[in-house]
Amino acid sequence: MSNPFSQIYSDEVMKHVRNPQNMGMMKNPDGEATVGNPVCGDIMKFYIKVGKKAGTPFIKDIKFQTLGCGAAIATSSMMTVLVKGKPLDQAEKVGKNAIISALEGLPPVKIHCSVLADEALKKAIENYKSKDN
Amino acid sequence: MKTVYLDNAATTAVDPEVLAAMRPYFTEKYGNPSEFHILGREARIAIENARNKTALFLGAQPEEIVFTGSATESINLSHKGLIESLLEDFRGKKRPHIITSSIEHKAVLETCRHLERRGEVFVTYLPVDNFGRVDVNKIKEVIKPETVLVSVMYANNEVGTIEPIQKIGFIIKKINNSMRNNRIYFHTDATQALQYFNCNVDLLGVDFLSFTGHKIYAPKGIGALFVRRGTPIVRQLDGGEQESGLRSSTENVPYIVGLGKAIEIIKRSKTFNSEKIAKFRDKLIKGILTIPGVRLTGHPTERVPHIASFVVDGVEGESMVLLLSDLGIIASSGSACTSAKLTPSHVLTAIGVSPEVSHGSLRFSLGKDTKDQEIDYVIKKLLEVVGRLRRMAPKF
Repeated sequence: MSNPFSQIYSDEVMKHVRNPQNMGMMKNPDGEATVGNPVCGDIMKFYIKVGKKAGTPFIKDIKFQTLGCGAAIATSSMMTVLVKGKPLDQAEKVGKNAIISALEGLPPVKIHCSVLADEALKKAIENYKSKDN
Repeated sequence: MKTVYLDNAATTAVDPEVLAAMRPYFTEKYGNPSEFHILGREARIAIENARNKTALFLGAQPEEIVFTGSATESINLSHKGLIESLLEDFRGKKRPHIITSSIEHKAVLETCRHLERRGEVFVTYLPVDNFGRVDVNKIKEVIKPETVLVSVMYANNEVGTIEPIQKIGFIIKKINNSMRNNRIYFHTDATQALQYFNCNVDLLGVDFLSFTGHKIYAPKGIGALFVRRGTPIVRQLDGGEQESGLRSSTENVPYIVGLGKAIEIIKRSKTFNSEKIAKFRDKLIKGILTIPGVRLTGHPTERVPHIASFVVDGVEGESMVLLLSDLGIIASSGSACTSAKLTPSHVLTAIGVSPEVSHGSLRFSLGKDTKDQEIDYVIKKLLEVVGRLRRMAPKF
């Protein structure tokens, strides 16, 4: 049996649910992507603005919009916090495990939300690259 | 911050009067009721008093009441116990047939599936209409010569719809009175109905009725099952043969006392509470329906006094529950996100709500202590929460 305490949200998750970071729409983004979770119906949209530091593209600004549960909101919010200001190649490598550990864990049934946040960011970067080249 | 508790269909607070009645049975009157000494006798009397109150409330005989640990246990005992006792008669013939509804509590559905998996029965899961009502005529249509059990809940816990138990009981009685080899037994799960509706077992025409204490202001961990005299049943717990041999286990004396007290209280406050709570529920429903993109789920009129359930467009249910609880409002949701298997509520699915829509499910369930100003507060705060979450969501 799994640890029953792992079924509840951590304080960090609750902090992001109550006070999501970088939430909202972005006008004229350099890249954007909407991903949906066919399993439970959650939808996430990420917007990025890309700047260049010494020729290296980095995430100058990032925003998200999410329709979904507490974990969906918290993982999107945490993803934006983790990658804001990071070079694109590093941001792409953040991945779900970094989100989960920054959120002090997620209930096992909610892990798929972090996968979704990771997918949304990667697709937003891809979208930027496809326009840039 | 004050708590506005609107999750009474999930569980209720123990009534102080119930707790006071239970208290002596922990540290003073702690005897084992099977013993003949003074402490045992005192405990036995307390249990039988509670049984008498329960029987009286149901219009049953005391020996027809079995105390269990929960409604789930009561249901497992009635369904598995009945089938086990009938299997001998069905050996070499067609398997016994159970009819139930697709909106039953998991306790019924999973017990039926268990019996199906063991190859002991076959089960018909009746569909319901968009309001969550079972069609009485459909039951008639699916009854077969080998039907032995019909199990339909009195009121649904998620959407609050009341099922036509009396009518079903009447039909089963008629069929049983006609030429028929085996009797059809009728079970109802009265968990959400007990404190509001007539649960007289003869009026309803039921052979089994199950319920739990923790929805009627008694603690969690105590339930009961009415088993009509003469109904075949095999116990599912072997041991010291307590509860007329149907449920071995040393009786949970304080909890049985608590259940008896809770039943005594709901008996005296039934009419008053039903009317008061229904009034608040209607006010809540009216207020919440003024929020754009909100729909009521369940039957508009044939619903229990305490349940107001909705689907909200463009918002996910769990996130509403989380933000409401930050404002002191305790509610519940049947969204896929709130379930362990990430599947939408089987009840909402059965009443024809699509997964996208049931994603925004929200249930408020009122109780005897719900206050008028709390309803105003909830309507106001829900509007804010829905607005906040909709602004958070991407536009399509």
